[in-house]
Amino acid sequence: MRVRGLASPYLAWMSIFIILPLCAVVYYAFTDSVTGEFTLRNIVSIGNYWPILIKSIWLALVSSLICLILGYPVALAIARAKQSRQRFLILLVMLPMSMSFLLRTIAWVSLLEDTGIINNILGKFGISPLPLIRNNGAVVLGMVYNYLPYMILPVYTVLSHIDPSLIEAAKDLGCNRTQVFLKVILPLSVSGIISGVSMVFVPAVSTFYISKKLGGSGTTMIGDVIESQFKTAYNPNLGAAISLVLMVMVFICIGLMERFSGSEEREALM
Amino acid sequence: MAKELIRLEDCVVRFDDEVILDSVNLKINDGEFLTLLGPSGCGKTTTLRIIGGFLEPTSGNVYFDGVRINHIPSHKRKINTIFQRYALFPHLNVFDNIAFGLRVAKVKEDEIDERVAEMLKLVSLRGFEERKITALSGGQQQRVAIARALINKPKVLLLDEPLGALDMRLRKDMQNELKRIQKQLGITFIYVTHDQEEALAMSDTVVVMDKGVIQQIGTPQDVYNEPKNAFVADFIGESNILDGVMLSDKLVLMFGRKFKCVDKGFAANEPVDVVIRPEDVDIVPADSRHLCGTVTGVTFKGLHYDIIVDFYGFKWLIQTTDYHEVGSYIGIDIHPEEIHIMKKSAYSGMFGDYSSYSEEYDEINDPSIVYGEDPGEEEYYES
Repeated sequence: MRVRGLASPYLAWMSIFIILPLCAVVYYAFTDSVTGEFTLRNIVSIGNYWPILIKSIWLALVSSLICLILGYPVALAIARAKQSRQRFLILLVMLPMSMSFLLRTIAWVSLLEDTGIINNILGKFGISPLPLIRNNGAVVLGMVYNYLPYMILPVYTVLSHIDPSLIEAAKDLGCNRTQVFLKVILPLSVSGIISGVSMVFVPAVSTFYISKKLGGSGTTMIGDVIESQFKTAYNPNLGAAISLVLMVMVFICIGLMERFSGSEEREALM
Repeated sequence: MAKELIRLEDCVVRFDDEVILDSVNLKINDGEFLTLLGPSGCGKTTTLRIIGGFLEPTSGNVYFDGVRINHIPSHKRKINTIFQRYALFPHLNVFDNIAFGLRVAKVKEDEIDERVAEMLKLVSLRGFEERKITALSGGQQQRVAIARALINKPKVLLLDEPLGALDMRLRKDMQNELKRIQKQLGITFIYVTHDQEEALAMSDTVVVMDKGVIQQIGTPQDVYNEPKNAFVADFIGESNILDGVMLSDKLVLMFGRKFKCVDKGFAANEPVDVVIRPEDVDIVPADSRHLCGTVTGVTFKGLHYDIIVDFYGFKWLIQTTDYHEVGSYIGIDIHPEEIHIMKKSAYSGMFGDYSSYSEEYDEINDPSIVYGEDPGEEEYYES
């Protein structure tokens, strides 16, 4: 029980820098920006932003799905590689994370711009510039590029812990490669998929930088709205209200995913 | 004569430069209970993996029912396996685990229900259908693994140290149960173990292996009573292994004394290894007609005493029901049939001397030393 005491620095840190600010967010969300009185107006006026909220969730889901489709085979390949090579491959997956997030996003801008590197090269072949930037596709691309490692790592961790004898047992009982995957590997990696999807979805749904740099006027995301409430519209109370609603929705999403298979899976793996 | 079902012909397995299995030749008959017996890293699991189709030999041939099956993957073989730690699917309950093979084979659900029920009855697990695998004891998991393999009606069942994780009492029960199931279904069992007692109790044929080489193939009685070399004699039961010289047929010289024996066919004055089992020595009063020595250690073992007797510096293990004090001077008598002569081999001089008895014996009797763990062999999963 002594060990608990060692966690107290973090507990203090968490109270001051996470719990207190959260309380402030709740306080602002339910007070008027001018008078400071209790009001539900902020929450109600979120209604104006529903389309943006839905769109943000949609784009984040699409990004998560693409990350899953791209990341799962990578995780599987790494988990199947020789032990000595696995560390190196994981290092490669994490390599982009060692570079600044902002820098990586700006790099995409200079690649995709109408006068950017790709369109320049295409121009040399007489192809007129393609609309590569300022659309949903570019935003999803940015999200997938930035968050892919967050999908690969948890899926890899779960896959690498599957007992190889389970796979042999499946083969022994008549499964070919596809059946081994569908009947054993996939069901046993559900918990990894859930955490991977959560880890991509949560930052993606609230991002503002990616959509600001790679998106256009039509791809404003809820993160952008929150940012603008604080920085340009000077309505922190509305910003706080939107943040709060977003947070609640994220919790609901994660809760649903956990409910569907996470809990059962975890129990089975114990 | 029983029909031959599986044949390994000159099977060699090499990983990098390491020879794991060296030129193994083995015939397995239909309906036989055959045990691969040996210490960790002897190649027994590797042999099993070749038969199961999880490993292709570097060279050599594997035949099943007369057909070469080297390249046939495990899922197409009429062979099922019970894995060392059962390898039950944690995401499925007992019923779904047992039904797994039938579902893959696309058997109709009502037939599956019937056959699973039959299997649960065979392994005495009725009423456990809906249980989670994680909610089962080791013995119950073992039974599920047996049912999951047998429901596919394999021609051969491979068992890789299946009882290694169970406690002593349960082991004995499961030994009887496996033997009963094998008799009842009449299928071939190929059983891997490091436990010689288990091997002797269950098998029709015992294959003793060491360092990737088959040392002896025979019935349990054969390998116990007529071990081929010092390794087999030492690995199976306790043995005193002594240097001797064959003077002529049925006469061997040990400790400067002539002993009558029943072996023949050796060259005159050929140096040999002599095996004497601890339970085959009769203790008699010390006199000049008998080989005499001094008792240096006594251990009470329940059924008998283990005593260590020093004969001219060479220490024997003798099992006797009578108590003999440390320091007492005794004589021994050995019947000619109890003296077993072996040709000298690479193992000569390595085993059968009880001078370092206490350490060796401690190791043998220490339950914390797990022989089932076989890291040397487990690395070789097919990629």
